[in-house]
Amino acid sequence: MSLELRGITKTFGSFTANDSIDLKVETGQIHAILGENGAGKSTLMNIVYGLLKADSGEILIDNKPVNIAQPSDALSAGIGMVHQHFMLIPVFTVAENIVLGHERAGKFGVLDIDTARLAIRRVSKDFGFEVDPDAIVETLPVGIQQKVEIIRALIYEAKVLILDEPTAVLTPQETDELLKTMRDLKSKGTSIIFITHKLREVREVADQITIIRRGKVVAAVSPQTPEGELASMMVGRAVDLAPQKHKHEIGAPILVAENLTVRDVFGVAVVKSVNFHVSAGEVLAVAGVQGNGQSELARALINLEDHIEGSLRLDGKEIRGSSIYDSLHAGIAFIPESRELDGVVGSFSIAENLILDLHDQAPYSKGINLSARVVLAEAAKRVTEFDIRSQSTADAVSTLSGGNKQKVVIARELSRPVKILVASQPTRGLDVGSIEFVHERILAERDAGRGIILFSTELDEVMALADRIAVMYKGEILEIVDSNVTREELGLLMAGVSSKKLNA
Amino acid sequence: MRNRLLRFGQAIKLPGLSFGLAFTLTGLIIALSDSRVLAKIGSPLEFVKSAGSLVGNSYLALFQGSIFDINLTKGHSFFQGFYPLSETIVTATPLILTGLSVALAFKSGLFNIGAQGQFIFGAIGASYVGFHFHLPIGIHIVAAAVAGMALAAIWGGVVGLLKAKTGAHEVILTIMMNYIAGYFILWILKTKSFLRPGRIDPIAPEVGLNARLPLLAGDNLRIHAGIFISLAAAVFVWWLLTKTTIGFKFRTVGANSQAAKTAGISVPFVVTVTMAICGALAGLGGAVHVLGSEHALNADIAGSFGFDAITVALLGRAQPVGTVFAALLFGALRAGGRTMQSSTGVPLDIVLVTQALIVLFIAAPTFVRYIFKLKKLNSAASLTSKGWNG
Amino acid sequence: MSEIRSNIQTRRLRGVSVISLLSLVSLVFFGFTNAGKGTTTFGFVLNNEWVIIKEWVISAATGAKIFSVLALVASLVAAGAYRKKVKIIIPISVATFGIFMAFITWVAAGKFIPFTGLLQGALLLAVPLVFGSMSGLICERSGVINIAIEGQLLASAFVSGVVASLTHKTIWGLIVAPIAGAAISFLLATFAIKFSMDQVILGFVLNVLVIGLTDFLYKKLLVPYQDTWNTAPTFGHLEVPILSKIPLIGPIFFSQSIVVFIMYAIVAAITFALFKTKWGLRTRAIGEHPTAADTVGIDVNKLRFKNVMIAGLIAGVGGAYYTVGSVGAFGKEMTAGAGFIALAALIFGKWSPIGAVFAALLFGFADNLQSTLTIIGVSIPSEFMLMVPYIATIIAVTGLVGRVRAPAADGVPYLRGGAH
Repeated sequence: MSLELRGITKTFGSFTANDSIDLKVETGQIHAILGENGAGKSTLMNIVYGLLKADSGEILIDNKPVNIAQPSDALSAGIGMVHQHFMLIPVFTVAENIVLGHERAGKFGVLDIDTARLAIRRVSKDFGFEVDPDAIVETLPVGIQQKVEIIRALIYEAKVLILDEPTAVLTPQETDELLKTMRDLKSKGTSIIFITHKLREVREVADQITIIRRGKVVAAVSPQTPEGELASMMVGRAVDLAPQKHKHEIGAPILVAENLTVRDVFGVAVVKSVNFHVSAGEVLAVAGVQGNGQSELARALINLEDHIEGSLRLDGKEIRGSSIYDSLHAGIAFIPESRELDGVVGSFSIAENLILDLHDQAPYSKGINLSARVVLAEAAKRVTEFDIRSQSTADAVSTLSGGNKQKVVIARELSRPVKILVASQPTRGLDVGSIEFVHERILAERDAGRGIILFSTELDEVMALADRIAVMYKGEILEIVDSNVTREELGLLMAGVSSKKLNA
Repeated sequence: MRNRLLRFGQAIKLPGLSFGLAFTLTGLIIALSDSRVLAKIGSPLEFVKSAGSLVGNSYLALFQGSIFDINLTKGHSFFQGFYPLSETIVTATPLILTGLSVALAFKSGLFNIGAQGQFIFGAIGASYVGFHFHLPIGIHIVAAAVAGMALAAIWGGVVGLLKAKTGAHEVILTIMMNYIAGYFILWILKTKSFLRPGRIDPIAPEVGLNARLPLLAGDNLRIHAGIFISLAAAVFVWWLLTKTTIGFKFRTVGANSQAAKTAGISVPFVVTVTMAICGALAGLGGAVHVLGSEHALNADIAGSFGFDAITVALLGRAQPVGTVFAALLFGALRAGGRTMQSSTGVPLDIVLVTQALIVLFIAAPTFVRYIFKLKKLNSAASLTSKGWNG
Repeated sequence: MSEIRSNIQTRRLRGVSVISLLSLVSLVFFGFTNAGKGTTTFGFVLNNEWVIIKEWVISAATGAKIFSVLALVASLVAAGAYRKKVKIIIPISVATFGIFMAFITWVAAGKFIPFTGLLQGALLLAVPLVFGSMSGLICERSGVINIAIEGQLLASAFVSGVVASLTHKTIWGLIVAPIAGAAISFLLATFAIKFSMDQVILGFVLNVLVIGLTDFLYKKLLVPYQDTWNTAPTFGHLEVPILSKIPLIGPIFFSQSIVVFIMYAIVAAITFALFKTKWGLRTRAIGEHPTAADTVGIDVNKLRFKNVMIAGLIAGVGGAYYTVGSVGAFGKEMTAGAGFIALAALIFGKWSPIGAVFAALLFGFADNLQSTLTIIGVSIPSEFMLMVPYIATIIAVTGLVGRVRAPAADGVPYLRGGAH
């Protein structure tokens, strides 16, 4: 089945997300759509899937125009989609999730799940991975959840499968498995649209690459095109794929964690007795696939978690168990994982966001009185220093782009005296320009003698910035290695294979 | 200049239409529930005339009961014609305070439905200190007011503490606390210390003369110094929210409690203190009501102040200035409603309907736009859009 | 504010400590204070059911002691089990029962307690709470918060009372009751779903609207023209043959007004439908993750609208209880906060049908206990007795609730495309 898009245009207010996009996916082809964060790829796919309506343009299937006004239209046309953020109900079982929307019901509407169970076992065996239909989705590892989504599309006989940033949450091994699955599906006649910003994967598996930048198609190229060229077409200018890291002296340890354990609401340990230290002038990267305890560990460093055990010392002083306020003001800067959720207050102005954790410090306030004049003056300084693009400091932060929001967070955290910078997935969802800015800033802080602990799931970022790398797997720090480790070795560690363990 | 006028026109269009719609619907209900009007349903012209005259008279009575009534000037000074306006202000005075109580809570992300119960405890405290002690002028008022505020602050603070410690939703908690307070005052008015000598009905002794708030416009008008207290409280809330670090904490928790926590703000602390301050504000309303106009505690002292407080805060979009104006408006409706009931026989409960409709339409601008087929502009931020989960 | 959510262990510990403390207080206070002089008589015969025991007479002090010890033992069992994932709801329920019984034995010294009647009345009083919480359940499971249950109950109480009075037939009252509830639901659904209005504010405003309208019409029509508008007949008791003769169980469950039997049917239907049917699966899906449901082709807002309307019908039947189901005449604001207690029952029951019903029964018991004790003339002032249901609600939602997790998308309007 071939899928073609002609002249698809979509605007949100004054912002054009898709500008007259043309695209053709032939039968049995893996067509990659490459673009940086914010280029408009997801918007385009949401239109194809019926979650959004294009302002103009048409969609053709097998050269015939179709009207896709909602997901059920896409489904009946044979289009299946695996979303970047899974569309599974966490508290339902696998079978219930797959049956949803296509339920077979008997008398009185009683649900028939047995048929689905059989179909699930059959399809998953066909593709070589076993999934238990009665498992509750939220208990399954992320890679398996993704397989459930794929199985669902296949059970309903999708002829075109859209995969939106599927490898964001996978280990390198799981990514390879997924790429192999994609080739299998292709050989069986399924067309695949593969959306990503990762150049390596695209060149491995795609038959055709369409590059989208700022809502427009800028090129349709073959996978033989070198990475550098792809990158610059994606961004629109020459891109330095690796930031400059200067070698220099690493100082004394500033932050020391000993037997640090974090428990969840059930009392189960999600971070198990980890030991590490961060020294002045170094970047310690914590690598690992999402869901192995990194988020909790990052939060525990400023006591943002409820159940922390063990020891955490900053410059010799024990801070585990202190209040969040004290941890921050003892000298730790914290860039949270999700800036929308807890990094910024969308309805507050830029100026107010810049003093979120400083409002009761001099010079912003004296006693109980907040000085608006000082707040605005300092805000103006920061906006210039960190190149935050906005109309004025009184604008609400919600009007800023992702990159600029992150700059506000960074500006705030670095405008007080800090010894340690904790950065949790700092470049997630940012455009390349902002990513470059964040990397430069991290390295600048490192060069200025601060200790950086960077939590990142992006291998490229880890390898580019880190002096040492700690790999987390199932709540433990498997190993701490030097930055001259190879990708393959890192990949193995992230999958839980430790050479030390092997040789032990 | 033209731009400014246009923008002002835009800003006022939606609220204006909301008000118009609310009053029109109210008029319809008044007309269609009246037996005399319904009797004329046979002939359309008579029907419309009769309905029109009833509604017209009702709204006229509303105005006469709330602002100015020429009839009252007969035999008195011109000033006396403003008796209704003074009634409006007397009604609005405690309402401003309870409205501020709810508004401040909204700003911190909390729903303070408990203004009614907090008001009751404020009234109890002020009344007791008012009649039980004999203190010099000025000091007596302050002592009574402080007593009321303290009791009410505890009543509100308990809810904040429970929410902070257990995560229970303050909507249910405060509603329950209201009922408990309602029964409590019924009981306490039967106890020996609260019974007025010589009376068997549930009414407490009158507060001493030194505890009463002075009248402002002579003995014939009921307007009293409480209005200054209320306005001062509005200024206080404005100052607290916009100019202090504490207010900054409150607003941050209200806008995004997760970000507040990550920034080191103690959410449980903010929740508890906010509810205590809100309790004190509503309690001050109760105190002012007793010390300024009622002078004695009775079972129905809280009237509908707690209820109205919520609609006032919603209409005033939780801003101190807006709350003051909304309180004056709803105070006018209440005062006028009493006159309307006595002169046209329309029960004053219809005023509740009008209030609810006004708030409904103001809080759902999309609906008003839909009804009047208006184009969409930038949508204003909603006050709250949260569920039980946070 | 989800960051004020305590650890499950802490909650269970808190629940266990609260109940243990209360048991201890019960033992000390009810078991040993002087006021418990005399004997308490529990009467078990109501009408004409089969009789096993006619009465149970026990010294008030001894009885209180026995029940308090029972409560204490149950609390200790709960304490022993709290660390594991074992359900501690059973020992806690037993302990609660013990404390209640100790209190009753103590306070009714020298008096007669019609025990079967007490429980029968408890079930009856729980009826609007059950209907209200079922209504809330369906709404919230679909992702819509329903604070307007109070308004639904009051509106349908008014309408059913008036219609029954006008037609002189209870059945007409029962038939129009659901319509009144559905009318409020229509407003709730329209403003919450179509116009994305904040649901808590909307619910509150609808309540005020209903109170204003019913108060207005009460003064305008029901009081002056009482004979026409406000003298509704009431449903009598229906007795299920044989079953209603079983001692204790019979009178309580099988000798009730028709509204109660309808309630059984509805609770059973909802429990079955929510977990075993296509409708139930889709309903739970749109409450947890509406976007996911949308992507598989379910019309989220249409289903939400439909469910809110169904919930309105259910709440409407519950409102009929107040007039044709019990006293007949409508009184101003006669629901007295039942809608909010129903909501509390829903939360206490952790958004599950059986849990909500159980919680509603508990609140109904507290309410009926209060009026029974007032009737038989105990020494505690009636105002404090009247506070009991409300205090019980507070204790329920703060102290004894386990893991509180509302449907994930509860209260959030669904806008396709992830618009903010």
